[in-house]
Amino acid sequence: MEKVSKAIAGKAPANKTYKYELRLYIAGNTPKSIAALSNLKKYCEEHLKDQYKIEVIDLLVHPQLAEGDQILAIPTLVRKVPVPIRKIIGDLSNEEKVLVGLNIRPVK
Amino acid sequence: MARLTRKTSPTPQLLPKTSSGIAGLDEITSGGLPTGRPTLICGAAGSGKTLFSLEFIIRGATVYNEPGVFMAFEEKADELEMNVASLGFDLHKLQKDKMVKVDHVHIDRSEIEETGEYDLDGLFIRLGYAIDSVGAKRVVLDTIENLFAGLDNQAILRAELRRLFGWLKEKGVTAIITGEKGEGSLTRQGLEEYVSDCVILLDHRVSNQISTRLLRIVKYRGSVHGTNEYPFLIDEEGISVLPITSLQLDYEVSSDRISSGIPALDNMLGGKGFFKGSSILVSGTAGTGKTSIAACFANEACLRKDRCIYFAFEESPQQIIRNMQSIGIDLRTHIDKGLLRMHSARPTLYGLEMHLVSIIKQIRKYKPNIVILDPITNLVTVGTVSEVKSMLIRLIDFLQAEQVTVMFTALSLNTIVNEQTDEGVSSLVDAWLLVRDIEFNGERNRGMYLMKSRGMRHSNQVREFIITDEGLDLMDVYLGDEGVLTGSARERMQLMEATGEVLRSYAVERKDLAIKRKRSVVDAKIASLQEDFESVRDELNKTYIEEDLRKQVMEKNSKQMAEKQPSKNSSNGKSK
Repeated sequence: MEKVSKAIAGKAPANKTYKYELRLYIAGNTPKSIAALSNLKKYCEEHLKDQYKIEVIDLLVHPQLAEGDQILAIPTLVRKVPVPIRKIIGDLSNEEKVLVGLNIRPVK
Repeated sequence: MARLTRKTSPTPQLLPKTSSGIAGLDEITSGGLPTGRPTLICGAAGSGKTLFSLEFIIRGATVYNEPGVFMAFEEKADELEMNVASLGFDLHKLQKDKMVKVDHVHIDRSEIEETGEYDLDGLFIRLGYAIDSVGAKRVVLDTIENLFAGLDNQAILRAELRRLFGWLKEKGVTAIITGEKGEGSLTRQGLEEYVSDCVILLDHRVSNQISTRLLRIVKYRGSVHGTNEYPFLIDEEGISVLPITSLQLDYEVSSDRISSGIPALDNMLGGKGFFKGSSILVSGTAGTGKTSIAACFANEACLRKDRCIYFAFEESPQQIIRNMQSIGIDLRTHIDKGLLRMHSARPTLYGLEMHLVSIIKQIRKYKPNIVILDPITNLVTVGTVSEVKSMLIRLIDFLQAEQVTVMFTALSLNTIVNEQTDEGVSSLVDAWLLVRDIEFNGERNRGMYLMKSRGMRHSNQVREFIITDEGLDLMDVYLGDEGVLTGSARERMQLMEATGEVLRSYAVERKDLAIKRKRSVVDAKIASLQEDFESVRDELNKTYIEEDLRKQVMEKNSKQMAEKQPSKNSSNGKSK
């Protein structure tokens, strides 16, 4: 687990704690996964600059990890921190829903 | 796999089946669930779906050495472990041994938000990973409909489910999918639409405060199967589906005979008794000695070293043993020797099906030659007459297939013999003994006759049935001028007959004497007549003799006369 998160961690160094720790589960490079990842990156850059960490987990490579976070749907975005855990499934195309779902107050 | 099936089954290729390991189900489905295909099990809450599917997995792992995956959408793994521990299954150990993998899928609507397109690849990957990790041949998804509660996008869900079932088939695993019963459809979400190979419906009905679980195979593509509703049971050994192989009536029959324990009754049955493996009904009103007949039958069987189980629905074993001691039947020693087993239960203790299962379990465990049910009438308190009948049919089927002789006792409620009561089993049984009261002359006696006895010559007579300190016996009833006499009337009549006998023989003796005397009188008369005759003859003889004498004398005289004067005639002739 540790190894994985290090390997696929976002742009920030691993040790640092972030306000938002996000994990995106995908299964291979499907269009939906790619769309989800790019959408997520876009929103994060826009609203949470330097406060977030994104972990991408490919279940085709690590199928055993699906059980831990109770993953059913692909793609699934899991907000590990701050608690409580929230999950957003789908390609994250609806920005409003994603931001509300992640409890991010957009700057108006 | 393909080569294997081709080798074993001749053309045309039959649908390969996987034994479920659930008692009775494989018989109804003639082999089990379709191998490599999904089976839908639906039913209302509490109908036993989870246990059913879990037993499929556990039996697969323990009996057939086929690992399984149990994907639980409702209960957590440790909860499941605890639930089945009461049935004697050690799910924890099976998981440790990598024979079973339990994967709990938790869906919490409150923590899930949906935006845009998604698919259920996560579930597929999880399931695929679980299957691969133990090499599973069996998969259970319990209850996949929970997905509908957690996810909003029905269109995606339905498409994904269709894909899932196709994927399961591709994987070649035998799967069970459970579904909650919906209104007007088999499942709430119409899963039967996707899983169309085999659908099993479980039901749980309560009538008269007694519950019955029922199972029905709604469809089974490519296979024959029993179509009825079969009762099933969940007890400490898991699920048992009944009935037990009663799709056909083709069991072996024996022409061996076994004694009823009452020699006079055996005589009524062509001198040999009942057929081995037959079913015997003893019916009668209260207090006519049905239990005594049954105990006598059991006693005789045990004396022959046959094994016997006595199911009592009215009395406790101790009561029966004590009561039978009074008529000289010692059941205690048979119990001590292990030949007789007594099993008492109030009918209301549990439903009919439970009774049937407990009876059958006992029989399978103990393998008796003779089974006694005393009385079956009481079972009506827990079911309707037709239910009792169907239960007894199945019991008789089972017993006959096992070559077990069974004796039922039944209480007739009215004194008028009703040929069609007795829980309707009278047409099923091979022999029917009827014991009835004969009330006459200020006392009550028992009469017994054979209503029927298939396949043997039997007496049509009513016999008086008597219970003595030494046991049971039958007497010919006395058919006097006043009709059938029993009890003391019969005894009196027999006494009177005996008296008459003495008187008659005395009269005969006297007549003999008179004839003797007459004969001697006649003899005397004959003698005197003879004498008379003799004297008459003498007289006659005398006359004859006198005549003769006179004749002789006269001849003599005339001769002498002729000699004295020489004949003139001759001198005359000379002178000429």
